[in-house]
Parts: sequence; structure tokens; C-alpha cells
Amino acid sequence: MTDATNNPPRHKTSLHTVDARTKRRNASEARFKMYGMTAILIGLAFLAILAVSIIRAGTPAFTRTVFDMELTLTQAEFEAAEKQLMKTKAYQAVFIDQLSAKLTEQNVQVAFDGKAIDRLLGKIGGDLRAHYRANPGDLGKPVQFTLPASSRVDGYFNGKVTRDTLVDSRFLEVSDLDLVDALHEAGIIHSAFNWTFITAADSSVDNPGGAGIGASVVGSFFMMIVVLGLSLPIGVAASIYLEEFAPKNRFTDLIEVNIANLAAVPSIVFGILGLAVFIQFMHLPNSAPLVGGLVLTLMTLPTIIISTRAALKAVPPSIRDAALGVGASKMQAVFHHVLPLAMPGILTGTIIGLAQALGETAPLLLIGMVGFVAREYPDGLAEGFLNANSAMPAQIYTWAARADSAFYDKAWGGIIILLIFLLTMNIIAILLRRRFERRW
Amino acid sequence: MTFKLTASALAIAAVSATSAAARDNVQVAGSSTVLPYASIVAEAFGENTDFPTPVVESGGSSAGLKRFCEGVGENTIDVANASRKIKDKEIKACAENGVTDIIEVRIGYDGIVFASQQNGPAYTAFTPSDMFNALAPKVVVDGALVDNPYTQWSEFNADLPAADIMAFIPGTKHGTREVFEEKVIAAGCEATGAMQAMIDGGMSHDDAEDACLAVRTDGRAVDIDGDYTETLARIEANPNGIGVFGLAFFENNQDKLKVATMDGVMPSTESIATGEYPVSRPLFFYVKKAHIGVVPGLKEYASFFVADELAGPEGPLAAYGLVSDPELAKIQAVVSDEVTMGGGM
Repeated sequence: MTDATNNPPRHKTSLHTVDARTKRRNASEARFKMYGMTAILIGLAFLAILAVSIIRAGTPAFTRTVFDMELTLTQAEFEAAEKQLMKTKAYQAVFIDQLSAKLTEQNVQVAFDGKAIDRLLGKIGGDLRAHYRANPGDLGKPVQFTLPASSRVDGYFNGKVTRDTLVDSRFLEVSDLDLVDALHEAGIIHSAFNWTFITAADSSVDNPGGAGIGASVVGSFFMMIVVLGLSLPIGVAASIYLEEFAPKNRFTDLIEVNIANLAAVPSIVFGILGLAVFIQFMHLPNSAPLVGGLVLTLMTLPTIIISTRAALKAVPPSIRDAALGVGASKMQAVFHHVLPLAMPGILTGTIIGLAQALGETAPLLLIGMVGFVAREYPDGLAEGFLNANSAMPAQIYTWAARADSAFYDKAWGGIIILLIFLLTMNIIAILLRRRFERRW
Repeated sequence: MTFKLTASALAIAAVSATSAAARDNVQVAGSSTVLPYASIVAEAFGENTDFPTPVVESGGSSAGLKRFCEGVGENTIDVANASRKIKDKEIKACAENGVTDIIEVRIGYDGIVFASQQNGPAYTAFTPSDMFNALAPKVVVDGALVDNPYTQWSEFNADLPAADIMAFIPGTKHGTREVFEEKVIAAGCEATGAMQAMIDGGMSHDDAEDACLAVRTDGRAVDIDGDYTETLARIEANPNGIGVFGLAFFENNQDKLKVATMDGVMPSTESIATGEYPVSRPLFFYVKKAHIGVVPGLKEYASFFVADELAGPEGPLAAYGLVSDPELAKIQAVVSDEVTMGGGM
């Protein structure tokens, strides 16, 4: 009896004062929440660092330093230039001569010669030649040109090249910077938004001013058409059969396991497969977006099959049963009732699969899409699929490996463009899901 | 419906790809050292002629030559770039696949330089012996061949700074590695007497030559399998590091790198052209003669490449860092007469 009366502390809990055990439990919950928050904060911090460094490294690619000058090319100069082997160099020489004349006329107080101007200029002969060949009527008339400066002048304008760090070389001498300043004052050189970077094709290693990601965006686009056109119908057909029609036996289990395995195969393996099957055996052309698309289709198929099957599984059986109950055939039940309801899930899976394929480089290495490839825009659909082209990630990889650090900026700029595409695709996927998804 | 349409359109495209094989552009693949030069030429070729711009893929000399030797036909490449001479084994492999007439074109020379961070230790002068002592697994100390005991450069050459040995050398898949081994490590092996010590220790001459090329594996010599940009990144992160670069790459990045002399000679296009600077190598491309006249622009591309205006000392290739070939006229004749290897016309 005495024991019973001495026991009370246990029973004497109050709703107003918290006992030690509850405190401990509350504390551990608070700790767990804190861990979770820290994890998220660390994640966000990494994301912020990544975003800031990408944007900071990539923005120089979107501006470039240009020469703005009126040029008059005579018929005789045109004909003389066209007779040479390196015609573009002759055009560049005409530009340098006229710029020198202009500087002398404006009485610029800096010593200069043609070689110094040549060092400041990018490779502009190709642009000039293309313009006059397309517009022969402009010969003999003054034409306003906006042409790229060399990558070192670019670096001077965005602070990468300074008088202290610059080492005299055949690319640029410290004394040339005085000329740059003078030209800047005279309004001949200035920074401008780099449309070339967005619209142009790749350029050679000594011509960073002319390089653009446009052609490889087109290459990626054609590849994505192939991936979408093949992997969506094949993937959906395969999953509908497996999910709705196939008998459940050892064989279908085996297929299921293999699809899951296939989703985990490193992408480079698909590249080797593509090289062996599509190029060496089927004789499809090298570096063609068609082949790239086929390889990426193989890579994307398992992702699409898995997400489609999940979407089909999520449709409640009552809908199938109701359809079958009112006399629909199995196929009618699937195509009229189940598939429309599963569509948002299927599309989301497809878009995410495509986004993954869009960023893939490894398989493209083996089918010849890395190098100096994305040079020209295709004319028309067939060429788009069959002519040699690169893809965005492959182009970024190529630029990152080049000696001139201006290309390194371009690689980061390319990453920004690639990320914009990926973000857009993912946002579309989210919107589709929000808009059409139904829960039961 | 739309899916079906796309799918069938693709199928048609795939079929027509094989039939519409009349390729109108030159296809090139191979060495990543030659790639920059080939891309300059390809761009200029597209801008200055009415032919389409050739496609130049990278991937390495060996991979390029392998694809070159796969056979003759539209789906094989026309030109292989190489930073070394084609091997007999590769010529044989070519012949087995019907690629018998190969035109070898030497485009010039490439220097290999040793460079370090601008603000790192004063690595200003090396000899092959220094490199061998720093990087070989076994070196000669007091007349005996022992496991490499050195951790700092100053330990074997008092003129070098007292900094930890750390070298970033090209990986074995690079053509540059071979030149590095042959012209630097092997030369150092002989000069330090390590080779003689190996032969005295009972090795045959050939085995000793092979053993000379080994590189220490305790982490002080790091193989770089990527491009020079990777080496540059490693050097920038590592003040004591020494990296192996191509001359053109170094010249493009002089604000970040300082270069060391080799045997007292400063690497430059001039010292390499005269042969004074010891570590250099010729660069080549190989043309399939069977494709000339079939692939439009192939011969024009080859002769454009070696024209004075491009490969000459005043051309854009030299401006980028290629050491132009003193015997360029001879090379031009080889291309215009389509002289194949082995002397056939």
C-alpha cells in the first residue's frame, strides 16, 4: 500500500509542464528538422555556387568587341582578291589599309602599323568575302561593317588581359593596347551583344570571334526529333503490351529485369554500339544527327518504358473494369480510357528522358560528333538528319579543350544555353503534370 | 498517327542515307594535336573555295588511323591526321582492308615544352637528365641503380629549386607521350648512365631501352589523359607542378605559364625549325589515294593545306604555333603528283 502511494511522479504529468521524456522526444524531433534544413541549405548553397560561377564564367561569351567601320571595296580590289589562293587574307588586308588611312586622317596620336591592326582584328576576311559575293552591287560603295576584334582585345575589354599580365607575343603586344584605347575613343571599337555566339556555327581555333553555338543547337534539335519520333511510340507500345496484355510469366519477368538493367547501362556503351551497328554495319553517315538520335533513342527507351509503365499502373483498375463491363474490348479499354488518363505521366517521363538525352556527350564522342564538325547550317530536312553536325554538349566539350581561353568562356556560355533548354523542358514537364494529372 | 508519320519518315530518311551516299564533303579524323591546324585549314578551305567545309573529328592518332584503315568507300574517312608516323602494323592493317595507296603528307613540326605556373618556383632550365632523375622509377645514385629516392628537384641538381617534384605528363594514348619518352626520358636515361647500369646488371640492350621509358608510379608523375587544358588546370592548382604542353598551346597561354629551356635552348618556332630545341616531332596527315577524284575537293584540300599561304612561315598555321616545314616545296610536289608511300605514283 505504501508503495502505491509513493509511486505518483509517473502519474502526476501535467499538460502545462512538459516532462523530461517528452522534452527529449521534442528535442530529437527539432534536431531532425534541423538536420533536414541543413541538408537542404547545403544543397541550395551548392546550387547557388554553381549557378553564380556558371553565370559569371559564361557571360563574357555573350558580349564581344567589334570594329565598326565603313569600308569601300572597289571592283579592281575584288577581282585582285579573288585571284589569290587565300582570298580572305586579301580582303582582310584591304580592311587594314582603309583603317590605317582613316587613323592617319583622324590624326591618331599613337604609333601603329598594319601588323598591329592585324593583331587587333579577328578573322574577318571570310565575312567580307561572303558579303561581297552575295551583294556584288555593294562594290565601289561604302558599306558599314561590324566585325569581330581578336580574342585578346576581347579579353582586354572584359578585364582578362591587363597591361600587367600581358606578355608580348605575336598575338598581342603591350603597346597595341594604346592603339586599342585610341580606337575605342574614336568610336571604332566597342563592346556589343554577341549575336554571332547564338546564331553562328563553330569556327576554327584561331577565330573565337566567329564561333557560335547555333549550328549545334540545330544538330541537337534534329537528334531530339529522332529520339522523340522513335522512342515515344516504341516505348509506349512496349509498355502498354507489357502492362496490359502480356501474360505474367518468367519470360516477361526477364524482360522487365532487363529493361531496368538497360536503364542503368553507362551511356558510352550505347556509343560503341552505335558505332558498330549504325555506322560500320548499316553504313549510315558519320557524325550525322540521325545516328546520334538513334543512339540516344536506345539510351532513352528504358527511361520512357519505366515511366510509362508507372503511369499506366497508376490508373485505377476500376476504370478498366468499368470499360470492360460495358462491353469494351481490351484494346478499347486501354486506348479509350487508360491511355488518355496515363498521358500526363507518359509525357512527363518522355520530356525528362529527352532532357537527359539532350545533355549527353559520351556516346557522341564515338560517332564522330566531336571536333570541328558543326560548321554549316543544313539546308532542309534531309540534310538536317544526314549532314555532319555536332550537338550542344559535344560543342561545349570541343570548346573547353581549345588553347585560346576565349573558347573557354564560350564553353561556359554554351552551358548557359544548354541549361536554358533543359530548364524549359523541365518546366514544360512540370506544367503538363500540374495541368493534366489526376489523382484517385 | 503523327507518331507513325514521323517514324516512317525517319525510316525513309535512314534508307535514303545509304543510297544517297554521294558524300560531298571531305572527312578527316585523328590526332587532337593536328586538329587545331586542320580546323584552321578546313575553315579557310570552306571560305576560300566553292567546296563545302571538311569535317574534322578528333579522337587521337591511333583511333584516326584505325578508322582510316577500315577500308575504301563513302562511309570511311578520307584523311587521317597523326602526330606520329604511321606504323608498319597499321600499313599492314590498311592493306588487308584494301587501303593500299596512301599519300603521306608532313605538314610541319610541333614543339613540346615544359612549363609551370607564372608565380611558381623558378623552373627555368632543364636537361633530359633532370627529367629522368625526377621521373624514372630507378635512377643512378653514386654509381648504383636504386629506387628513385628524390622528392625535390634540388636533390640531384643544385641549380634547380628546392620544390617538390610534381610532373603532369601526357597519358599513353597521346602521341605526345611517345615523343616525351623518346626525346627526353630515354635521352636522360643514357646521359645519366642508368641505361649502362641496366645493361651491366644483366639486361639485354633492347630490354634496357624499354625499361628506360618507365615512369615512377608513386604519384609524382601524373598521366594526363585529357587535353592540354586539363594539364593547365592541374598546373594552376599546383604551384610546384611542371606540365608538358605543345608549343602552340603554351604560346596561347603565356600570361599563365612560364616555359623552361631544354639543354639551354629556349623553345620557339625558330629554335625548333633549326633543330636546336631537342623535343619536337613532325605532324602528318595521310590521304587515301583511292578517294581522290571520288570525294570532291579531297586533292584540293590536301594541296590547300600545304600551300605556302597556309603552311608557310607567314601563314595562319605558323601564326597559331606550327613550325613550318623547311622542305615544304617537296611536300607540295608529293601532293600534286599524288606520290604514295613506298614511292608509287
